[in-house]
This record gives sequence, structure tokens and C-alpha cells, in this order.
Amino acid sequence: MENVISYRLQIIAITMALCFMFFIFRLIARGKLREEYSFIWITCTALLLLFSFWRNGLEVIAGLLGIYYAPSLIFLGAIFAIVIFLVHLSVVNSRQHQQIKDLAQEMAILKKKLEDEEKKKAS
Amino acid sequence: MSKTVNVALIIPCFNEEDVVLALYSEISRTPFPEGTSVTPVFINDCSTDTTRQIFIEHQMTFIDLPVNLGIGGAVQAGYKYAFRNGYDIAVQMDGDGQHPPSELHKLLKLITDGEADVAIGSRYLTKEGFQSSSLRRTGISYFRWLNQKLVGVTVYDSTSGYRALNRRALELVSGYYPDEYPEPEAIILYALHGLSIRETPVIMRERQGGRSSIRTYKTVYYMFKVTLGIIFLYIRLKFNGKRHLL
Repeated sequence: MENVISYRLQIIAITMALCFMFFIFRLIARGKLREEYSFIWITCTALLLLFSFWRNGLEVIAGLLGIYYAPSLIFLGAIFAIVIFLVHLSVVNSRQHQQIKDLAQEMAILKKKLEDEEKKKAS
Repeated sequence: MSKTVNVALIIPCFNEEDVVLALYSEISRTPFPEGTSVTPVFINDCSTDTTRQIFIEHQMTFIDLPVNLGIGGAVQAGYKYAFRNGYDIAVQMDGDGQHPPSELHKLLKLITDGEADVAIGSRYLTKEGFQSSSLRRTGISYFRWLNQKLVGVTVYDSTSGYRALNRRALELVSGYYPDEYPEPEAIILYALHGLSIRETPVIMRERQGGRSSIRTYKTVYYMFKVTLGIIFLYIRLKFNGKRHLL
């Protein structure tokens, strides 16, 4: 099972994985990505790197799991990860929805209070 | 019984420029029972028409939401306002003129007599006034059945948005109020917190302007959303206690 992937392809894969990792780190460093979300992306890049170095890794794991066609393991893993992450985003979205509602109500009530105070002062 | 009962009349409005002024003057003209002071509090749910200008021009009391929250969020803003400003009773009324102010005393009486924590104005107890479409009525009897099965409370007009709440109920809804189509869900909320709910017959009118938030093509979504809302709220309150609400 030597040379299933050409060295050229392996170098491209490693470069891409490193670029992606650099991109993620830069986002975190600039404060554009919160650490809680960065966790999943760091894990993803780590996996990418792992499989670009470990050439037979995919075949080995697929063999262990009894998957006949190894590349389908990629799809399985990727779709699973995507679904989990989407659910996570929905949870975050719902929480923000609630927070925005509370803030808007709070702000409207305070605005009313402020106007009332100003009116009282004016008269 | 010499103390004045302060009532906040909460009227959520989204693009109701055609009716809001007529409603306001009708409320001002309506004689309310002695010993009650009724303050109409309009909630401007980020209207895109001249509703807000009308409020300002005529110096009406209103709460101006900075973003559009929908009926649930708008009504809750009013309830929070009423609760914090020490109102004894808060009444929620539609901004489209469906709910005649002249019927308000029936709701208030149930609360001031201590017969109920939540009073609901129902258009189906006596078949008078505007009765809405048969599709809508079918949906409403379905919610009645669902509420009956889950919490054993029979509310004939569970989608009615003409409701009066005392302070006990106000405290509850200041903490949590359902979001999108809140009325049927709120009944579950009240019932499971041990609040007493009473209905009183109210004659409703056909809406005077604007459009209902429940339109025909949305009916299926409405039924689905409210059913889910009711069932999950029931499960949450029944099995997880009340800690998940806030």
C-alpha cells in the first residue's frame, strides 16, 4: 500500500491544511472569531494535517470500521461534523434571539422612562 | 375599596396608522367603571408607516421598540412596563380595532372581583358579533381540545388577544412569554403556574384596518408552530420544573 498518493499531492494537501490553520489563527488573533467557535475549526485543521501526513490513515481507519470504499469515510465524517455544527449554530442563534428581545424591551422601557423624566423636569 | 385600580391597556401596533387614532379617541370616550383609571399604552413594534408620528402628534403614551419583535415580544414589553410601573391590572388589546373598549369592563370585573388571575374575552361563548372564518374556528376548537387534554382548562377562544391580567399573572409574564403566536401557548403557561383563567363573552368586530398576523397561507405553519410550542412548553414546565423558563 505504498505510494497510494503521489508526493506532489501530499505536499499540496499539507500546504493547504497549513494555510487553513494560519487563516483560523489569524482570525482568532484579530478577535474576529470567538475562542468557543475556534475550537471546532482547530480540530478540523488538525485532522486535515494528520491525514495529509499519515498517508494510509484513511485506509487503515476505514478497514478497522469495515468500510469497503475508504473515501466514503470522508463524507460520513464531514457530514456528521457539519450537522453537529449546524445544530450548535441554531442553539447559539436561539440564545441570541432571546437576548436581543430582552435588550430591545429593556431599551424601549428605559427610553420611555427617560422621556417621562425629561417631561417632568420641563414642566 | 376606595383605592383606585390602575389599569394599563396594552395595545401592540405594527403599521396600524389607519385605525390607531380612532381607537385612541374611542378609548378616551369610553366610560370605564368607577374607581378604575385606564391608561392606554401603545407599543410601537417598529412600524414602517406613520403610526409613530401619530403617537407623537397626539401625545399618546407609547413604548417604542428599537427592533421589530413580533406580537409576543411587543406584548411582553407592555407587560414588563405595566408590572414595573405598579399597575394593578394590565389588559392586552389588539391594535386593529377588533376589540371594542366598551367591553373592557367585563374583563376588569372578573379581575377586581378576584374571580380570576387571567380574564379572556371570548367571541364564541355567545354567538354574537364577528365570528371569523370557519377554518380559523376549526383551528381554535383544536387548540381548545389540546389545552383541555394537557392542562384540563377549557378556553373557548384560545387565540383571543383580549385579555386582562392581575399582578400575579403579570409577574409571571414579565419573566417569560411565548414568542411568535403567543395566545394559545400562554394559556398553558398560566394553567401550569396555578393561575385561574376565566372567560367572559365579548362582542368583537371585524378588523378595521391592517392585516391579521394569521393569513391563510400561513395557517399550516401557524397550527404546526403553536402545537409544537404548546407541547414543548408543557413538557418543559411539567417535567423540568420552572427553572428553564428564565
